[in-house]
Amino acid sequence: MVTTRKKPNRVRSAMRTAADHLATGLAILATILVIAPLVAIFIYLVYKGTSSLNLAFFTQVPKPVGEAGGGMANAIGGSAVLLGIASLLGVPIGIGGGIYLAEFGRGTRLANAIRFTADVLNGVPSIVMGIAIYSLIVVPQHHFSAFSGGVALGVMMIPTVTRTTEEMLLMVPHSVREAALGLGVPNWRSVMSITLKTASPGVITGCMLAFARVAGETAPLIFTAFGNQFWSASLNQPIAALPLQIYVYAISPYDEWHRLAWAGALVLIVLIVFAVSLVRYVASRGILKGAS
Amino acid sequence: MGVGIEVTNLNAWYGANHTLQDINLPIPANHATALIGPSGCGKSTFVRCLNRMHETNPIARVTGSVRIGDIDIYADASPVEIRRRVGMVFQRPNPFPTMSIYDNVCSGLKLNGFSNRKALDEIVERSLRDAALWDEVKDDLKKKSGASLSGGQQQRMCIARALAVDPEVLLMDEPASALDPVSTSKIEDLIFQLKTQYTIVIVTHNMQQAARVAEKTGFFLNGRMVEFDSTHKIFTNPSDKRTEDYITGRFG
Amino acid sequence: MLTCAASIFGIVLLIATELVLRSQMSWHKFGLSFFYKFNIDPDTHLPVFWDPVGGTFYALPFLYGTLVTSLVALVIAVPLAIGVAIFLTEMCPKFLRGPLAFTTELLAAIPSVVYGLWAIFVLVPLLREQVNPLLVSVFSFPPLVKAFGWTGLVGANGIFGGDNYGLGFLAAGVILAVMILPIISSLTREVMNAVPNSQREAVLALGATRWEMIRMGVLRNARIGIVGSVILGLGRALGETMAVAMVIGGRPEISKSLLSLGNSMASVVANEFSEASDDLYLSALIEIGLALFIVTIIVNALARVLVWAVTRGTPARVQ
Repeated sequence: MVTTRKKPNRVRSAMRTAADHLATGLAILATILVIAPLVAIFIYLVYKGTSSLNLAFFTQVPKPVGEAGGGMANAIGGSAVLLGIASLLGVPIGIGGGIYLAEFGRGTRLANAIRFTADVLNGVPSIVMGIAIYSLIVVPQHHFSAFSGGVALGVMMIPTVTRTTEEMLLMVPHSVREAALGLGVPNWRSVMSITLKTASPGVITGCMLAFARVAGETAPLIFTAFGNQFWSASLNQPIAALPLQIYVYAISPYDEWHRLAWAGALVLIVLIVFAVSLVRYVASRGILKGAS
Repeated sequence: MGVGIEVTNLNAWYGANHTLQDINLPIPANHATALIGPSGCGKSTFVRCLNRMHETNPIARVTGSVRIGDIDIYADASPVEIRRRVGMVFQRPNPFPTMSIYDNVCSGLKLNGFSNRKALDEIVERSLRDAALWDEVKDDLKKKSGASLSGGQQQRMCIARALAVDPEVLLMDEPASALDPVSTSKIEDLIFQLKTQYTIVIVTHNMQQAARVAEKTGFFLNGRMVEFDSTHKIFTNPSDKRTEDYITGRFG
Repeated sequence: MLTCAASIFGIVLLIATELVLRSQMSWHKFGLSFFYKFNIDPDTHLPVFWDPVGGTFYALPFLYGTLVTSLVALVIAVPLAIGVAIFLTEMCPKFLRGPLAFTTELLAAIPSVVYGLWAIFVLVPLLREQVNPLLVSVFSFPPLVKAFGWTGLVGANGIFGGDNYGLGFLAAGVILAVMILPIISSLTREVMNAVPNSQREAVLALGATRWEMIRMGVLRNARIGIVGSVILGLGRALGETMAVAMVIGGRPEISKSLLSLGNSMASVVANEFSEASDDLYLSALIEIGLALFIVTIIVNALARVLVWAVTRGTPARVQ
């Protein structure tokens, strides 16, 4: 009869221990290899960006090729306009969708289908979105415009805002809703005034997350907003955008434009890191301070 | 054959919480020893100190000595070695859902380098027989997943899994508390058989169970071991008033 | 509210219809052969896939480019991402976990164009001057060529043969790897955390080392979800546009060599859309966009199903 009750094989034990140490070492190595490029990118960005950053960057429009100086004021302003349009479109529809999924359609197959579709839509390449909006708006209008760019970005915000709003609303405990209903408040009122209010910090951070994501998007703008070397605040004209300008300058052969690209990248990163950190901070502090 | 356990001045902490205080206990070989006491008295912590599972928690700390056979498990051996020699069955059955019954039972063996198919087949059959599960599953060994069995069967499979590596001690932390009465009595019968080959320590909050299966019983209260004696004595004529209060149901 | 939520369906439908409509011209002209045919240049006798001037529009090089760069990205990113996930979930001391996790999530927040910028000015020169020559010399090592030359992968015509510009499939693959790493890593961490502790304890109690516990108690249970997160990373790699467009070289070429310049589906659309002078050109590009749309939808749907099966709930905001 086979028995296992003998002293474990010394060699085998040593090999198992060695394998354990090796695995730990490899995991640590992997972590270092991942963190290192990130740190390298950041440091290089900060170094290159700050040396190129000056007040002119924020106040001037690009100078003609060959001339030193100039800035990306038009791109910053343009991004602001585009993001404004995008938020006007994406935030209300997204929040509305999230409210439906969390409150009224919860558990229905329709809601499940919508949720699944939203997640899948999030994965569709942004350039495909750009083509669709080009086809829908730019072609009939026969010109590029800030409006089409804003719509493209706004449509991209909708799935993200919908999902995060739903998540935040679902985190509001039942006791809060029941308290409202117990006071004789009809359902839709109770949802709006109390549940949404309780979840609002979380909902806002969800919107910020979507905002930060589309703020860095370039591809959908290439053939909607198109870019512009000059100031423009008109909705019907092509407009500059920060990421788009960075792209154009980066692939150009002019050193001066490269310098501006670095500065622009730094500004973009700072904004996005700020947004992401804020989101994390709010999330870690406990989103629902009022409900527990 | 099982070995005896000698616990001397055992103290255990979870962070700042002094969970076990000055435990001294001789656990006899080839017997079943029951540990009883109200919730939170430290009996589970104690048992987890016997196979060094307590220290898997990062804020856990232990002082004192636990000798199993002639080895101090904290000073003379690594946790990996000890856990192979001291088997554990948990309160809720935890079969590996991605493995068949066969693979579940021999999982411990594979870790130790067993690969001979014939040997594995033999050990799996012997372990399942010892766990009184063989007849129920012998046709589905490789077809059914470990998680597809009923609760009672899962727990017996976990017992078989623990037995397959041929431990000297078997620790059971409330093994039947999540099971129905029929499965519970099957497991109790099992313990009766097993204690001839292994040293068994069973934590239970069911005093009748302790009375049924164990020769010795220890009563824990607030991290201390209040009384340790033959089961018969504990339940009929306890020396300590606190034991008597617990037995008669005045608290806990 | 319902209309807001249902707008999600509307968006998908809208994208699909517009893409299908506008690619009709190209579809009618080329049919399915759009994806695999090519012409032969009468002068050089080399295959010609994409010649806007001559009116030839076959998309095979872009499919190839998308596949190759995504594959390179996966080969680099998956082991690293899973390694990081294992470290953070099972091995990392508690105080380090937060900052390290935050750092990897920051990687996900950096816009594609910034990665592209860094890739052009830092990664490409690095590859051109240090890494590629090293790879070339390793793969031209005479004994190696003698032993493995038959595979066609080593030597001057192998996967590191030809001219070294620094740009090309390898550069695009590397920057893609950096970009999909955070997604794979954080999803893998999620599915690993979803494995109940009782499984870990069960393995440890049998006398397993920590690595054995991770392998048998965690990875084994989480493997479906891990596959899902890899597929999700693939989905992201397939559609990634800007960073790839900036370093892949923009040439409609199919070549065995990873150092060769090429193009991908997403980047050809980005780069050439504005220059598309005639309707057929535009339609061909949009057809590529449609193909990309369908592929990413399928891949992402598959990934979500796998991840949901393991975590049984809504995954956290990853993208």
